Amino acid sequence: MSKPIALQTKGVTKRFGSVVANNNVDLCVHRGEILAILGENGCGKTTLMNMIAGIYYPDSGSILVDGEEVVIRSPKDAFRHGIGMIHQHFKLVDLFTAAENIVLGVDDGKKYNIKEVNARVAKIAEKYGFHVDPKKKIYEMSVSEKQTVEILKVLYRGADILILDEPSAVLTPQETDKLFDVLRRMREDGKSILIITHKLHEVMAISDRVAVLRKGEHIATVETARTSPAELTEMMVGKKVALNIDRPLPHDVRDRLVIKGLSMTDAEGVRILDDITFTAKAGEILGIAGIAGSGQRELLESIAGLHHLQDGSITYYNPKKDKPITFYHKSFERVMELAGEGMLRYVDGREFTGKDEQGRALSRKTICAQVEAGVILFKDDEVINLREKTPLQIRELGVRLSFVPEDRLGMGLVGNMDIVDNMMLRSYRRGQSVFVDRKKPGDLAHTIVHDLEVVTPSTHTPVRRLSGGNVQKVLVGREIAAAPTVLMAAYPVRGLDINSSYTIYNLLTEQKERGVAVVFVGEDLDVLLELCDRILVICAGRVTGVLDARNATKEEIGLLMTGDRESSDAETDKKEE
Amino acid sequence: MNPFLDFLITAIPLGITFLYGCVGEILTEKAGHLNLGIPGIMCVGGTCGCMALRILKNSGLPWFVILPIAILAAFAGGLLMGLIYSFLTVTLKANQNVTGLAMTTFGVGVTKFVMSKMAVGGGMMYLYACDYFRFPFQQSKSALKYCGVMVFLGIAIALIAAFVLNKTRVGLHLRAVGENPATADAVGINVTKYKYVATLIGSGIAALGGLFYIMDYAGSYEAYKSIEGMGWLAVALVIFTLWRPNLSILGSLLFGLLYIAGSRIPTLLGIQLDMSATPLLQMLPYAVTIVVLIVISVRKKREHQPPASLGVPYFREER
Repeated sequence: MSKPIALQTKGVTKRFGSVVANNNVDLCVHRGEILAILGENGCGKTTLMNMIAGIYYPDSGSILVDGEEVVIRSPKDAFRHGIGMIHQHFKLVDLFTAAENIVLGVDDGKKYNIKEVNARVAKIAEKYGFHVDPKKKIYEMSVSEKQTVEILKVLYRGADILILDEPSAVLTPQETDKLFDVLRRMREDGKSILIITHKLHEVMAISDRVAVLRKGEHIATVETARTSPAELTEMMVGKKVALNIDRPLPHDVRDRLVIKGLSMTDAEGVRILDDITFTAKAGEILGIAGIAGSGQRELLESIAGLHHLQDGSITYYNPKKDKPITFYHKSFERVMELAGEGMLRYVDGREFTGKDEQGRALSRKTICAQVEAGVILFKDDEVINLREKTPLQIRELGVRLSFVPEDRLGMGLVGNMDIVDNMMLRSYRRGQSVFVDRKKPGDLAHTIVHDLEVVTPSTHTPVRRLSGGNVQKVLVGREIAAAPTVLMAAYPVRGLDINSSYTIYNLLTEQKERGVAVVFVGEDLDVLLELCDRILVICAGRVTGVLDARNATKEEIGLLMTGDRESSDAETDKKEE
Repeated sequence: MNPFLDFLITAIPLGITFLYGCVGEILTEKAGHLNLGIPGIMCVGGTCGCMALRILKNSGLPWFVILPIAILAAFAGGLLMGLIYSFLTVTLKANQNVTGLAMTTFGVGVTKFVMSKMAVGGGMMYLYACDYFRFPFQQSKSALKYCGVMVFLGIAIALIAAFVLNKTRVGLHLRAVGENPATADAVGINVTKYKYVATLIGSGIAALGGLFYIMDYAGSYEAYKSIEGMGWLAVALVIFTLWRPNLSILGSLLFGLLYIAGSRIPTLLGIQLDMSATPLLQMLPYAVTIVVLIVISVRKKREHQPPASLGVPYFREER
């Protein structure tokens, strides 16, 4: 490489307690180069970047800028050496304008004049092809605009070395392309860019070289043009991983959950879900794609019975055809109701109406005896209306609905309780005595820990002490153990490393094979396209399309995700007024 | 003098008492700290000022030296209280509400003890200075008498505070600390320093209100007993004026008018009102504040909300 080295780390090591986050890392980035930092979650890539940006201080080793050793103890020191980091979680003051945020903390000795700042920001933005209004307030901005402000903030301080921590995680494919254009323009301007990511296709698209980290160690730095995604994955994981998700063709597909015209407004009167209609089918994985916060969470919660709906119907088809009716409804009246609807028959084919041949009503005792004997069968799948039912009512109706919420330790599990007690959260109502029986949940906990390879000291460890992937395995394991007919999972692989992610994908596919209707809300479009059978795209609470995952492209989904941006912007404006 | 004009002019100096407390509290809240110790701080400020005046009584110093020393003494009293508060809430990250209320209890108690002793031992040895505070209208026979130097000082402080908050880099940084301390920290702003300085200066300014009330508006040896109530109104005024020091000048005048409306309006209108109705009418400032709170809650305009991290202690993210 003829270009001069801008930044170099030599033997950088950082420990947190007994955990080694980075061990003896040697990296370098040249002027006018984009270096991708690739690695699984928890491999220490963010820690390393945080040391360069002054958030942490290395235990040993040195950092060189332009060949000179520097001491970076704070973000301010980093700025002084021309290093700026764009964090994954934006650090912006919502109430300030773009320009105010950009100038925050800058003391150039000159008099503070916001008009000059506005002009300077506009000039930098123009130079690199950003579109941003310096006077716009942050709370009125979209996620990609906020990211632009973060980048401008760093450029305004005159940074030559930019670190971006998973910049595309919150962007649509189109927005990501735009961002990459800007990054390329910066590269031409001689800036050095370090980009943290774990999306391989992005690495291939944007970077000049790739540095791979694994378990805190620098494995290798390779030129992007001379490598392949498969090779990079192998370096990242340390072994060959099949990157293909097994997707068997769905069989025995039946309607399981039919949603029609679902609408919901929040407490402030803002419409979160607007006329949502779709069908989740048994034996199929239905993916839900959309920009974060488009109503995915509310949609799943509505189905689970956690929200009051303005409009619409949720119909559940209980797979009961030709199966005997039981008293799981705990209600004789329900049996009679079904009989009245002509839903029931005897084993020998005669219709069950609750009356005998002479048209006289059967006694309650007789009917109960027949139900107990299992001679009364369903003619077809039982139709159950789930709207305006509480989660408990839904369960009592015999609907086996499992829900893996995105907020694992908030809605899914109780962090301070151990695995056994968390198992019990779902089954405590089955207990008969006043004392707690931990035997069955204990067995279940052991099974899950064993089958899903949960790494935990014991089943009595509070779940908050487990890592993200293990917490997710516990939660998914519990929900699957309930033998669901509908399994809804919101971002089940968020924050999980590649291996754990694939474990979860396989579990979902396994459920689909068993005839469960799986609803999967995901953010990685590549995964959605590989895992699902159909993909429902929502944008600002509205369905913008249902695609066949086997034929759809990422671009198509991306366009649908932003489908009606205009009208959604208009709505947010209304909200703010 | 026209009774209506008299009503208006009386309200100005009364409002200034609120103004000091209010501007001080705004500065503190802009740094993200809810200081409910303002009533106590105002009491202590008044006490310190009066003590300084008593000590200087026979010093033979000219009035224009004694006056600033008394004001500085009150300010220092406020600083001391602010220091205790900041140490507890900024450094030790104690609960701000509890700490603030404790500061009020403490400040009011100390004041009652010291001031009652001062009244016994040698009489109200500080009241000689009332005329100093009422300069340049000390000779006036009307309500104008109370519009002394500290009225102008208070208005000037409010205007300066507004300028600093909105037009300077320091103000921008301070607002950032109150809105989002993590962001401020990330760009290299010393959050702890800003919180300390804002809370200390805010407490100092609030403390001046206590001295002003005793020496100018009330001018009596029993005045210290009613400062606490004034302090609570100052805290309410912060909400009423939407955290804006310049608006608080007008707000304080309105609060002043409302506070004495109970005793003045019946006279103005020439009607007889039962004495028991006066406390009811004194509720007016609070009632108006509640109305303002309801209005801003309904309108939900981001600019009218309290600083986003008000009352939340800042822990730097550590692993």
